[in-house]
Amino acid sequence: MSDENLKTTPLNAAHIAAGARMVPFAGYSMPVQYKDGVLKEHLWTRENAGLFDVSHMGQARLRGVSPLSAFEEVTPGDFIGLKPGKQRYSVLLNKKGGIIDDLMAARPDDDGLFVVVNGACKDDDFKVIDNELAGQVRIERLEDRALLALQGPKAAEVLVQHAPEAASMVFMDARTMSAFGTEAIVSRSGYTGEDGYEISVPASEAERIWNTLLADERVKPIGLGARDSLRLEAGLPLYGHDVDESVSPVEADLAFSVSKKRRDARDFPGASRIAKELAEGVSRKRVGFVVLEGAPAREGAEIADEEGNVIGVVTSGGFSPSLGKPIAMGFVPPAYAGPGSKLKVIVRGKAQTAEVTAMPFVPHRYVRKL
Amino acid sequence: MRFTKDHEWVVVEGDVATIGITAYAAEQLGDVVFVEVPEAGKSVKAGDNLAVVESVKAASDVYAPISGEVVEGNAALGDAPETVNDQPEGLGWFAKIKLANPAEVEALMDRDAYEEFLGTL
Repeated sequence: MSDENLKTTPLNAAHIAAGARMVPFAGYSMPVQYKDGVLKEHLWTRENAGLFDVSHMGQARLRGVSPLSAFEEVTPGDFIGLKPGKQRYSVLLNKKGGIIDDLMAARPDDDGLFVVVNGACKDDDFKVIDNELAGQVRIERLEDRALLALQGPKAAEVLVQHAPEAASMVFMDARTMSAFGTEAIVSRSGYTGEDGYEISVPASEAERIWNTLLADERVKPIGLGARDSLRLEAGLPLYGHDVDESVSPVEADLAFSVSKKRRDARDFPGASRIAKELAEGVSRKRVGFVVLEGAPAREGAEIADEEGNVIGVVTSGGFSPSLGKPIAMGFVPPAYAGPGSKLKVIVRGKAQTAEVTAMPFVPHRYVRKL
Repeated sequence: MRFTKDHEWVVVEGDVATIGITAYAAEQLGDVVFVEVPEAGKSVKAGDNLAVVESVKAASDVYAPISGEVVEGNAALGDAPETVNDQPEGLGWFAKIKLANPAEVEALMDRDAYEEFLGTL
């Protein structure tokens, strides 16, 4: 896609003014980093508060007679049991139990279901939902809204100054509220492993709100580069890299997204495969590992056993700024998936020792109760 | 000091060329977290992969600007890859190569030509 065809978010001018390096991502021109660079932006978010523009992501409302039960037809989550004010992580499944996308769905108010999906997948996702749930739900894509993420240990103290209601929320709460002098849909969640919020606001208000937050000395703008290294340390998969349409939630180590009730009912797409995998195991599993010597192992690098037989592939990897060493995720057979299991990663022809590690690599710091 | 369009620099002393990446390249890469330098004895032709430099986000190849035999890789970068950012056109050098063809150096850009080239990017 040529640059001329790239879409921009409502914060495009703000990024350029802040000295961002803009790159094509999911069809948008997005900031990969600002002046401080990926390493410093990453560490700032772990210690203070990082502000991310994630307006490329797909936001929508699903409305209908019973949008919660309808949504269960395309996901394995317990959405009938989703209480008002709560958000849930889930996956959109194809008929073979493969993951079409991962997403957040919430009930911030009485207006149906509020859904946020990945930017690169959003057109397909909404088509699938529209086709599968035709006659049951109407989708309204919220193209006139921006999405900001404020992440880090100081995110809460910053945000409550502008959104007092956010103070009483815990991890995975979602509420429509008055904030920054406008109406916002706020969830206490994110993609960094830190405490923090995602904040959906009218596009016309986005730049004012962005600048208001950046005026706080605890807040710096953070690009997609650090967003990727932060989510990698948090053990969170990236769709299109760690997960794709061939991968099931069980293989992806996302079995928690298949609710108990739905496992028993087996009433979701691909249920027969997923039930079989839950009962009998899988042939490959997503694991995290630390590279103990040599270069970072990146997406596409082969994983071998200690004898050198290729057993899997790295799906994302890089250097962990928090740990000061390379970390990665990839798929291996279950026999190699236990923490402490020794592997080799092949980087530019060299076999380097790696060790499977429980994820997250860096502990999550979600605020689960006040 | 001579330069390539791939942002490597070359300094020749006698028949040995020291090679590194320019301050512009180091700034573009961002914080360097890992460097792989060649071992002594390796033969390279101009344009071959010489070294690899990695930031948090990506790995980038460093190409040999000239042909010859590697006499030394900068082992100090193993423990201190950030030297590439701190002193890209000094202590952050990557390799020393015994020149096979000194005329190759003359064909590279001088500082003025390189600065002019950067202006077009």
